[in-house]
Amino acid sequence: MKSQSMHFKARAGRALADVKLQGTLKRFSSGFAEKRAIARAAYGVEAFEELRGAAAAIRDRGLEQLDAWLLRFEAEAVRHGTEVRWAETAEEIRAHVLEICTRHGLKKAIKSKSMVSEEAGLNAALESNGVQAVETDLGEYIIQLAQEAPSHIIAPAIHKDIDQVADLFAAHHGRPRSTDIETLTREARMMLREHFLTADLGLSGGNFLVAETGSVALVTNEGNGRMVTTLPRVHIAITGIEKVIPTLEDLSTLNRVLPRSATGQEIENYFSIVTGPRRPGDTDGPEHMIVILVDAGRTRLVGSELKAMLRCIRCGACMNHCPVYHTVGGHAYGWVYPGPMGSVLTPVYDGIENALDLPQAATLCGACHVACPVKIPLPDLLRTLREKQMVLHLRPWRERLGFALWAFAARRPRLYALAASVGARLLAWMGGRRGLISRLPLGGGWTRGRDMPAPEGRTFRSLYRARKFAVVYGDRRLRGREDLAA
Amino acid sequence: MRVGLLVTCLVDVMRPRIGFAALTLLESAGCEVHVPSSQTCCGQPGWNSGERGSARALAEKLIEEFEAFDYVVAPSGSCAGMVKTHYRELFPGEGAWLERVEGLAAKTWELTDFLVNVARIESVPGDFEGVVTYHDSCAGLREVGVKMQPRALLAKLQGVELREMQDCETCCGFGGTFSIKFGDISAAMADAKCERIAASGAQAVVLGDLGCMLNIEGRLRRRGDERTRVLHIAELLSGRVDA
Repeated sequence: MKSQSMHFKARAGRALADVKLQGTLKRFSSGFAEKRAIARAAYGVEAFEELRGAAAAIRDRGLEQLDAWLLRFEAEAVRHGTEVRWAETAEEIRAHVLEICTRHGLKKAIKSKSMVSEEAGLNAALESNGVQAVETDLGEYIIQLAQEAPSHIIAPAIHKDIDQVADLFAAHHGRPRSTDIETLTREARMMLREHFLTADLGLSGGNFLVAETGSVALVTNEGNGRMVTTLPRVHIAITGIEKVIPTLEDLSTLNRVLPRSATGQEIENYFSIVTGPRRPGDTDGPEHMIVILVDAGRTRLVGSELKAMLRCIRCGACMNHCPVYHTVGGHAYGWVYPGPMGSVLTPVYDGIENALDLPQAATLCGACHVACPVKIPLPDLLRTLREKQMVLHLRPWRERLGFALWAFAARRPRLYALAASVGARLLAWMGGRRGLISRLPLGGGWTRGRDMPAPEGRTFRSLYRARKFAVVYGDRRLRGREDLAA
Repeated sequence: MRVGLLVTCLVDVMRPRIGFAALTLLESAGCEVHVPSSQTCCGQPGWNSGERGSARALAEKLIEEFEAFDYVVAPSGSCAGMVKTHYRELFPGEGAWLERVEGLAAKTWELTDFLVNVARIESVPGDFEGVVTYHDSCAGLREVGVKMQPRALLAKLQGVELREMQDCETCCGFGGTFSIKFGDISAAMADAKCERIAASGAQAVVLGDLGCMLNIEGRLRRRGDERTRVLHIAELLSGRVDA
């Protein structure tokens, strides 16, 4: 998928002006976060915090010897009849999938949610090579009909309201328009059923790769994952190399924290551990199972100061708790991954110079950090990326000059005090009687949507010095100034 | 005990009265308060913008200015959080500096945290009367753990009724330079905060950080709300609120 992240500001502006989207975002904004809070309380707040620590430690243990665990996974998977392929780039993912389609003569793919396939723009590649690709996760199905990209990693159509979905279904299904959720869901189910039964390729992601058993673990809520991994002749699971974890025991811990953090569920409706293709005597399962292990930028994180990002288990909690995401929605971010995790991943995977706004477009409020089930210090990582931009001279000269001047003055107390005094008086004068500045030169970003409360006039330190002076010498000038006489 | 008052650059320039309010509170708690006159800024603007060099220089300056005191107190969770949680990241692998940083971090407090957990004050001088709501500033809440402290202090004011707003822990959209770089997003976030404040029915929103204060007040006034007051907790507690 081609990144539009360099246009974040313009895209965010459009999102802010989109009244319908703003309404949808407002309704969504606290839903998942509230559900997570309830699930956390039900688990026990302290116990849940311990669980987060355990989950983070498990992820680190896997990642510290990533190469070894991946080789272990490969050996075990192959032992169970799975073919393992490695893709260094998005291009290689497409090449692998298309080659497999040619080799097995595959014509129709059903897909369960896979964000890595979005990285590779896989649907477009399949379609242009004569393979029909049908998204079967309800949200993904909706945005496929709308020819849009996901706006959230676990709720891809969260930006659409019922009316928009009703319009889409009416246009594509040739049935009477309905705005009843149950009717809409039943309609999608009926349409998808036909695709499930006629597809010869199942494409899935993988929530975790279990090294000791060579298994792919999948969590879904709609059951489509089961259909995708069992009905077609061939199943391809595509997932990032960082998803490998050492043991099944680790999986049980991570699967306590994942659904609670994502949707506030204790457990997902469907939880599958897929280990190899159909064996002799099995009643179902594909004839061939292939796992594609994807790098596409991930090894750049290994051992780097951003390595904690590799712990990510794609639960979406960071965006569910992000006030910026709630304000502009996922499409503003311009690539596959939105919200705080996307603002770290996009510059790393797609090039820091192609996503200059993303690390800056955060208030560093920390809500993502405290919600993250594997304790990724997202604000610190965003700050690290800001530092890289600075070091690589990717910030505008005006910003750099501004900081240089400020830092020069702040290290020289007398100069700083003088500048502060002059500035405070000037701004106080600009604020007039109301004490509000409605247009600030060089501060248009602030005053376009807000007033700037004006300073009181004198700086604290000059008043404090005057007060001390008055106490010692009984300065006449200060008599009657109640605000100065403590 | 000898307390160094970290005035903070925003209080110094924008709201000196908050500095005096903090001074009053600390003095009435029995502290011997010192205000190092050479202090400027803790370095956070540079740190958050990726300007490590300037942040480091200002951190060294602040450490030298304040490390001799028994305690360092700031009327800001954000500046206290900078000293307590981020200074150590500016001196990686530098043993001697890190020792000084840890020493300073351990004795640096956000004002309400200090009043409740160190000074353990019984009463406050303020006499404000009215319905207020409290906005939890992000750094104070999530870096320093300021949550119950200001509420415990508000409870000591007999005339104050605290009416919590929905999403009181959600960021107001300030975020330092974010508020200028992404002014429209920032203003929209501030607007959501203003709606919550209005819905609480409070006459005043009380908070503990200047950035949020300027942001929320600026948005309230632009929305045409001239009535809802925006007060720093120190003003309210010290009695330095104009009628």
